[in-house]
Amino acid sequence: MSVSSLTARPPVAAVEPAKETAPTDEPRALSTRSVDDVASVVGSALGSLALTWIVYSLLLPLSGVLGFLICWYVAFLVMYACVAALSHPRPIVISKLMSVVMTSAAAIVGFALVTVVAYTVGKGLKALLHVSFFTRDMAGVGPTTPLGHGGIWHAIVGSFIMLGIAVAVSLPFGLATAVFMTEVGGWFAKVVRTIVEAMTAVPDLLAGLFVYVTLIVGLGWERTGLAAAIAISVTMIPIIARSAEVALRVVPGGLREAGQALGASHWQTVRRVVLPTARPGLATALILAMARGVGETAPLLIVSGASTYLNANPTKGPMNSLPLFIYSAIRSPDELTIQRGFAAAVVLLAVVFVLFAITRFVAFFAIKRFLTKRKTREMTSPADLWTG
Amino acid sequence: MAVSASPVDEPRTIHAGAPKVDRVFHGSVRTVAIIVLVVFGSIGLFLGKESISTFHQYGVRFLTESDWEPSLNRIGISATLLGTVLVAIVALVIAFPLALATALYISEYAPARLKPTLVSLVDMMAAVPSIIYAAWGFFLLMPRAQFVAHWLHQNLGFIPIFRVDTDPNAAPWAQARYTGSMFIAGIVVSMMVLPIACAVMRGVFAQAPIGEREAAYALGGTRWGMIRSVVLPFGRGGIIGGTMLGLGRALGETVAVAIILSTAFDFKFRVLENGGSTISKLIAERFGDATTVQLSALLAAGFVLFVMTLMVNTVAAVFISRSRSGAATEA
Repeated sequence: MSVSSLTARPPVAAVEPAKETAPTDEPRALSTRSVDDVASVVGSALGSLALTWIVYSLLLPLSGVLGFLICWYVAFLVMYACVAALSHPRPIVISKLMSVVMTSAAAIVGFALVTVVAYTVGKGLKALLHVSFFTRDMAGVGPTTPLGHGGIWHAIVGSFIMLGIAVAVSLPFGLATAVFMTEVGGWFAKVVRTIVEAMTAVPDLLAGLFVYVTLIVGLGWERTGLAAAIAISVTMIPIIARSAEVALRVVPGGLREAGQALGASHWQTVRRVVLPTARPGLATALILAMARGVGETAPLLIVSGASTYLNANPTKGPMNSLPLFIYSAIRSPDELTIQRGFAAAVVLLAVVFVLFAITRFVAFFAIKRFLTKRKTREMTSPADLWTG
Repeated sequence: MAVSASPVDEPRTIHAGAPKVDRVFHGSVRTVAIIVLVVFGSIGLFLGKESISTFHQYGVRFLTESDWEPSLNRIGISATLLGTVLVAIVALVIAFPLALATALYISEYAPARLKPTLVSLVDMMAAVPSIIYAAWGFFLLMPRAQFVAHWLHQNLGFIPIFRVDTDPNAAPWAQARYTGSMFIAGIVVSMMVLPIACAVMRGVFAQAPIGEREAAYALGGTRWGMIRSVVLPFGRGGIIGGTMLGLGRALGETVAVAIILSTAFDFKFRVLENGGSTISKLIAERFGDATTVQLSALLAAGFVLFVMTLMVNTVAAVFISRSRSGAATEA
């Protein structure tokens, strides 16, 4: 009988257990989850539910859904620990308990995110069903005007113009700063890094204050879309610089050295080796900054005026934007305006998610292309690596 | 030896300096960095300069007075400052354990197929604009969270911070006393802090050296044992850094707090009780109708907030630079 025969193993093992039996090349099951594990989780969950129901609802004078859930959870943990302790030593019990805790924490966070999205969409749905909501502005729309009239076109346009300007300003600045911090280095880079890191957490509101004091009070500008865009870029630059720096820092030093050893100049190494390698990370840096930028509300409260009509000129007159529109809408007492606010919130969420999806795909294909390119190059000629 | 017709041993000229393209490259990125440095440095300087007159006029009273009544010339930020810190603490108390657990779940427990999706979800959660969390908190969370606040007051009311100035067991309990509180604002802010902290932590955990993980398993460690002895020590810098980053965000969060918290300038620790104030809320709300003197006072408040967040971040930076997180990638 062939040693590598797969089918013959059990009988061989059964008949001659003493002999060195066929070391067949079966992949080890990596999943360590057994029926016992699943059963103890489910069993503890059900058992603790029943126990909590009896004690909490029937015996003790307690009430409230949240209290019940918390008691159930605690009872579940205790019961699960006891069940696990029946057949496992202490370290394994702790390990099992921790994995349940971690999983449930992640579930809570996921649940919270779902409620945020679902509630916003649910509340804004009525206003979203009108086409005019996307094509009209709010000029001449009062608090009792039905949802079929008026819309947020002006806010959408304003948001995109501001975001465009902000990206155009902050991407080159942020990226160059990141490149300076990681690739050039030196004591000055450390100073810059300290400041940039400090600035990522400095409240966005203060960026608005700064722009207000310098541009509007100092230079006598109007409250325009451009001022708002500059305030947004001030908040975006440190985000881009910081996260791009992280992305550049994880590029293995060996790649840089390889580039330089092949005779490439520093600039060539950065452009052809470091930046392409870090591209997905850089894309993430840009997305996060853009998503932050488009939803930035606090600086706009100070710097930008809010128009009710379409104004596509960022240098003149007030310009509305989605966050600002939402802010004023949900603070109003009338139901219709609140619904408009939530509908605008759905649009803003959609913009953020679409931005996100686009850049994710870009990053994904960038990785794919990078990998395939490298593969074909390896097959053709090593010289291509540095001439190309 | 005689064969060679004495080629004079001339030393080859070596251009030791960087090539021209590199000098241009270095020069331009350095210039950009200097510009960024100047711009961000001047934020602090401007705020500091503009707030000098306020500090001159009100002196220490600016920090000890709790009321903000410009018409009576009573301007101070003690209550506001306390509110800022309390909201941030509530947010962190909620966000920190959840962020840590979620980060660990994603990097250590989640099935490999799910991981990229979960990472994207957290990034997306960080990208959700604060105004949307604010709307969610105001309309969905607040009507429900008041019951939690009431429950906490009833059962843990003996702890000073859970006290509310009303009888919790009165037949129709005073619901309005439990809304618009720093507690609810803190919950909403925690939703914004959480993904930031979680993303930073997860990023660091994912970098924990595979060799040490395997070593822990090879020594017979359980999964939690491995996490405790390899992932958490390795990620300490990321945990502290991410939390501090979240704290900075929490201190400066404006919109959610402005919408949810009802304004009150009492110096109090009772987070469950209606009313409170934070610096950013103060600035956002009092900005529109501010006179020159008030503007200066608001800038002074902003300067205090600036210094606070700067200190938080400096501490975070020190912790991060001392940890070995990310150090292994150069190898």
